[in-house]
Amino acid sequence: MAQQMQQLPPGPPKSAGAVPRAKANSFSAVLHRSPRLRLAGLLTAPALWLILVYVAALAALLVTAFWTVDTFTGEVSTEWTTENIVTVLTDPVYQRITLRTLWIAVAVTVIDMILALPIAFFIAKVAPARWEKLLVVAVLMPLWASYLVKAYAWRNVLAEGGLLEWLGAPIGLSSPGYGETAVILTLSYIWLPYMILPIYAGFDRVPDSLLEASGDLGAKPLTTMRLVMLPLLVPSIIAGTIFTFSLSLGDYITAQIVGGTTQMLGTVVYANVGAANNLPFAAAVSLVPIAIIMFYLFIVRRTGALNNL
Amino acid sequence: MRLSRSAKVVLGVITVLVLLFIYVPLMLVVVNSFNADRTFGWPPKGFTLEWWGKAFDSPGVRDAVLSSVWVAVVATIISLVLGTLLALSLQRYKFFGRDVISLLVILPIALPGVVTGIALNNMFTTILGVPLSLWTVVIAHATFCMVTVFNNVIARLRRTSPGLEEASADLGAGVFTTFNLVTFPQLRSALLAGGLLAFALSFDEIIVTTFTIGAGETTLPIWILQNLFRPNQAPVVNVVAVVLIVVSIVPIWLAQKLSGDSVRVSGARAKADER
Repeated sequence: MAQQMQQLPPGPPKSAGAVPRAKANSFSAVLHRSPRLRLAGLLTAPALWLILVYVAALAALLVTAFWTVDTFTGEVSTEWTTENIVTVLTDPVYQRITLRTLWIAVAVTVIDMILALPIAFFIAKVAPARWEKLLVVAVLMPLWASYLVKAYAWRNVLAEGGLLEWLGAPIGLSSPGYGETAVILTLSYIWLPYMILPIYAGFDRVPDSLLEASGDLGAKPLTTMRLVMLPLLVPSIIAGTIFTFSLSLGDYITAQIVGGTTQMLGTVVYANVGAANNLPFAAAVSLVPIAIIMFYLFIVRRTGALNNL
Repeated sequence: MRLSRSAKVVLGVITVLVLLFIYVPLMLVVVNSFNADRTFGWPPKGFTLEWWGKAFDSPGVRDAVLSSVWVAVVATIISLVLGTLLALSLQRYKFFGRDVISLLVILPIALPGVVTGIALNNMFTTILGVPLSLWTVVIAHATFCMVTVFNNVIARLRRTSPGLEEASADLGAGVFTTFNLVTFPQLRSALLAGGLLAFALSFDEIIVTTFTIGAGETTLPIWILQNLFRPNQAPVVNVVAVVLIVVSIVPIWLAQKLSGDSVRVSGARAKADER
């Protein structure tokens, strides 16, 4: 103990004499003697908050999906029924919306993967070291800019007579207008940094010596990429897809802003909370993205991707 | 692996293009907030400060800013307290259910915002019968802001030795004295960074907010959403959007400088991240 004390930096002299000593029978002394009591004091408030606010809310959501709304009074009636769940799963309208949402989430994930791989590789392995930090910050910054503002920015870009038409005019391209394509483009834009960062971290962890060894043994860069890098990168790529996929799956604001009439699962949830005032049905619909995400997480769990989040 | 010069150049060009793709739309909003043309055709025909003046004079915007700041401040204070307590208990103690709790704290940002939103909306309105207000927004925001504080504090705790706290106790300091004079000073910059992130996260959150806000209340993001489709409000929406960009990015930039711990994506969702 004494040795450890000597290694400590000397404290500021002003506080040296003023530190109060604990009294033998004070509350503080009781806490000192009992680590369990200390832990209880620390843990109670946050654990209660998480359980009472969040876990209870999720559990209630699951229960509410099996309730129904009285068509006359508009009040939620607590009679058990599987009607909502059955409707969501079997009604062709909701099947189409589920498939469309899935398609959008997959398209966004693939686009982001294609865009993220070269830029992440460049930042981690090609760019000079003094640029590396700067480039990471450049990718990181917009990740924090408001999601709403980003969707709104794309409304401007895609607008009639907007930037995209002006840029596309010389090569004969026009803006896709507001619709499904616009939703895919905008969501790819919004979630792109979430894909770049884990993949960058993955590339960064691959030791240069491994790549040199592969090169020295005669592999061309593309072979090295395919046989050495890609297998090591799989968990990072999957970590990125978890973000892009699950975040796109639950989206409704982007669909509202640039989607025109495009309906996604989130749109249905929101419509049933607000205008239609059918919370049990909204709850049932919201179980679909939860189930899909859980299923996806379950599949990718074994790749170790969850530790890369 | 030796890349040819041309391969490096191609990769560099792709990187520049992707960065342009990331920044141009945001820049467009900034430029349009000065665009003299009401329809925001591109390229702009002239520049004006009129919209900024209008935004500052708009009572709707001013109320929304005040609500947003109030919500963000209260949510940040709650998440600072809860996030710190949680980080201390998870890092300094071993107990049954520790893994469950550490999973629980990231869940609000790991699940899509719609799920968190509807779950809380349903909890407040159907189960508890509490009318939605700004307070329900505060509760919702504090729940997912907690993780940013938690992440920052636990990262700092991992790098500080509990030996200092033991030494303090051996020298006769009580539990609270040790916290005040030994633990807290080491956490100070991590708390500031976590708090700034929480503030930024809350200030521009929209999805969970739409589900938990009372009728008649507006935060800044809600104000944008309500006025987005009104052509005569478009110029002011641009200005508000620029304000949101600045208010969310400046605290992040400060937090990065302060914490020294790299900010991970999962702290962002915030997103988030999340959310």
